[in-house]
Amino acid sequence: MTDLILDKDGYLADLTHWNETVARQLAANHNITLTDEHWQIIHLLRQFYAEFQHAPSQRPFVKYIATHLGKEKGNSLYLMQLFPESPAKLAALIAGLPRPTNCF
Amino acid sequence: MNPSVCIISTRTPYHGQNAREALDSALVSASYDLDTSLLLMGDGVYQLLDNQLPEQLSRKSLTAMLKALPMYGIETIFVDAESLQERNLTEDQLVEGFTLLEEGALAPFIAQHDKVLNF
Repeated sequence: MTDLILDKDGYLADLTHWNETVARQLAANHNITLTDEHWQIIHLLRQFYAEFQHAPSQRPFVKYIATHLGKEKGNSLYLMQLFPESPAKLAALIAGLPRPTNCF
Repeated sequence: MNPSVCIISTRTPYHGQNAREALDSALVSASYDLDTSLLLMGDGVYQLLDNQLPEQLSRKSLTAMLKALPMYGIETIFVDAESLQERNLTEDQLVEGFTLLEEGALAPFIAQHDKVLNF
């Protein structure tokens, strides 16, 4: 493992350094072991970022997931199980995206 | 009932951070379930022009962010028709998903909101 440079909130300082190994390490920093279910959400979040140029807050993220993966996964409870406490922020952190600006 | 908020964005897309901040405010407001309207007037109408090349300024695409509004429950962007005419812009030059406010409709539209934020 390499030493990652993180900002004060634990986000990657240089987002271009992100890769799947880095993601696993970021997740481990928050006591999460990434499963296929996590990866599906992480890749979808990166797709959202590429499409809309910002990291979303919870509600639009849920809506986006529901659109792409269906209601079974596009709901807050499902996200809370994968990324506890604050899914939009934690998922963005692991996915190598900036902190959602409109999410407190 | 939650208060309604009208966010008025009056600057060109890449003039400082004004347009981006107006949009961020709209996203925050909508995220908190406030009934949120985004109104483009003055030079703000340029934000809807299609085929922008923000990467030449090393900026992020405002158009891409505007397209995310429906995800936040903001289904349309309001545009002041007079501001378009003054700039010789036509509706077919703009990206889709807006509602024109004709002369005379603008003031009552703004007045129907509880809060108005001007950027």
